[in-house]
Amino acid sequence: MKLLLVAEYRDGKTLGNSNELIAFAEKVGGEHAMFMVGSVSSLPQYDGKLFLADAEKYGEYSPTVHKHLLLEVIGRENPEIIVFCHSSYGWDLAPRIAWALKAGQVSEVVDYVEGTLVVPMCNAKLRREVEVNTDVTVVTLQAGAFGLAELPTASPSVEQVDIDGTGAIEFLGYEEAEAGGVDLTKAEIIVSAGRGIGKPENVKMVADLAKALGGEYGASRPVVDSEWVEHTRQVGTTGQTVAPKLYVACGISGAIQHLAGMKKSEFVVAINTDKDAPIGDVADVLVVADLKQLVPMLTEKLNVR
Amino acid sequence: MNVLVCIKQVPDMESKFRVDAAGTWYDTTELAWRMNEYDEYAVEQAVRLKEQVKDADITVLSIGSDKVKETMKKALAMGCDRGAHIADDNVSGKEPCEIAGVIAEYAKEKNFDVIFTGMQSQDRGSGQVGVLVAEMLTLPAVTTIVDFVYSDGRIEVKRELEGGIKAKVAFTSPAVVTCQLGLNTPRYPTLPNIMKAKKKELLSIPIKDLLKVDARQHTDKVYFPEKKGGGLIIEGEPAELADKLIQILKEKTGVLA
Ligand SMILES: Cc1cc2nc3c(=O)[nH]c(=O)nc-3n(C[C@H](O)[C@H](O)[C@H](O)COP(=O)(O)OP(=O)(O)OC[C@H]3O[C@@H](n4cnc5c(N)ncnc54)[C@H](O)[C@@H]3O)c2cc1C
Ligand SMILES: Nc1ncnc2c1ncn2[C@@H]1O[C@H](COP(=O)(O)O)[C@@H](O)[C@H]1O
Repeated sequence: MKLLLVAEYRDGKTLGNSNELIAFAEKVGGEHAMFMVGSVSSLPQYDGKLFLADAEKYGEYSPTVHKHLLLEVIGRENPEIIVFCHSSYGWDLAPRIAWALKAGQVSEVVDYVEGTLVVPMCNAKLRREVEVNTDVTVVTLQAGAFGLAELPTASPSVEQVDIDGTGAIEFLGYEEAEAGGVDLTKAEIIVSAGRGIGKPENVKMVADLAKALGGEYGASRPVVDSEWVEHTRQVGTTGQTVAPKLYVACGISGAIQHLAGMKKSEFVVAINTDKDAPIGDVADVLVVADLKQLVPMLTEKLNVR
Repeated sequence: MNVLVCIKQVPDMESKFRVDAAGTWYDTTELAWRMNEYDEYAVEQAVRLKEQVKDADITVLSIGSDKVKETMKKALAMGCDRGAHIADDNVSGKEPCEIAGVIAEYAKEKNFDVIFTGMQSQDRGSGQVGVLVAEMLTLPAVTTIVDFVYSDGRIEVKRELEGGIKAKVAFTSPAVVTCQLGLNTPRYPTLPNIMKAKKKELLSIPIKDLLKVDARQHTDKVYFPEKKGGGLIIEGEPAELADKLIQILKEKTGVLA
């Protein structure tokens, strides 16, 4: 088996998720090489060959150009599996490569068991085993699903990649996430509101519980998207990553993007009406209850204590 | 201006799921169905684009059984002009490449200026269909957009990246964009618009007329993941649960000291 691992680079730096690609390659077994549009000044740690295209020249986001650069390397290397992270870079580029190669693409792989790829479905409530019918397979890996026991320390041997080509998409620059507001990463206790709170008025009951516990309140994405709570309080991949002593998830289903932001919490309590909600996977205690009843009651009992 | 929005009907994720008889998908009976969340943002953005440019026609497309027409009616009530229902009783058996192939085949000579899709479907979650449609039609595609501005054929969007950083990119129509949560605030259809939607065109086309791409993958098995936790599950009366929980927090954590 021969794999090509597609590493990522943003705003002048290599992203650390290349280790997950290496971990997957080790699980599958076989030879591998890496590809990145990046810079020699920030190389991934990798004990192997890196095909490097210059981000200065080709742009950090220029999908058509990146596609052709990658296809050039694929043409030379003939990998059977092309591996991306399931990230804003990976899910954008992978289907373009899959279509160009007439390859099957399996997205958000969480496991590889005896040659079959395993992916989640329905908000991780179910799992699906997928088999690809084509000679070449393209996969994207769920963030955090594959990890290395030992991080590589070696530097890769670099081979430069160049092509002629321009794309139709113009990259105008980055916009940083909103700053200011509370710093949730410093809170020892966080109580978060999810869509299960039902209406904006109920943010208060979650905030009150946080206060009764001496902590801060946070929120899942839909609550922030609805503008019930400001973005700086959002927990998850596109918000804050927190690791408090206690995390209480109120009416949060436990989507992977939310879990990524809080699963390192020391103790997790989930309050949810759905006993099967995936938040149960990371919760030390799952309280099956209507938060609208339970949360105010908890606050009251804590306050009279 | 000609606009296409692709929507999928998906089960409510709070449903009690069961594996189907073949063991290769979830059982589709006894579920509540709704519009894929990401696609609601796609529909809303298409309608806003029409409100902006005035002279536009929005086609909403969905592949699935007759049942998906219910969801399509919501899109029509939100402001889409016509519906293209691609009739397929076995849509769950179609992989993203086939779905995209059908959409591309439908769209290929219709000169759509903008094609909106969701960034992913909530049940399958491949995040492939939008980009594949663009590749098949050789159009530019930008994924995961949280901001969309159209001006005279030029489109400027923000792509959401990890950590809440955004990438600003520009391109010209025709193009495909895949919509992320929070792109806008999808409207609720009003009663008069629901009534009006009943009179809008909603044509069904058999999938075999449009299915020209072969499947490149198949599902072997669907199953419930093993429960990881070992976490405690407590049920009962709220007052009892509150006491129990406080007790647990006292015993297991230092936070109530
Ligand atoms: C690229 C990308 C990035 C993302 N980034 C983030 C992120 O940073 N953070 C984030 O949170 N999400 C993020 N998401 C969204 C994520 O996939 C989920 O859609 C989101 O986390 C769901 O939020 P939720 O759990 O509050 O809502 P839902 O999934 O709708 O869950 C609501 C829960 O409330 C429960 N409930 C309902 N009523 C009650 C009640 N009365 N009492 C108790 N429980 C009740 C339900 O059983 C359900 O489990 C991202 C998605 C994508 C694609
Ligand atoms: N059956 C379908 N009918 C119409 N559009 C679909 C269908 N399945 C997926 N799509 C579109 O493709 C997007 C991405 O889906 P997926 O690749 O399955 O994650 C969805 O948000 C829809 O816009």
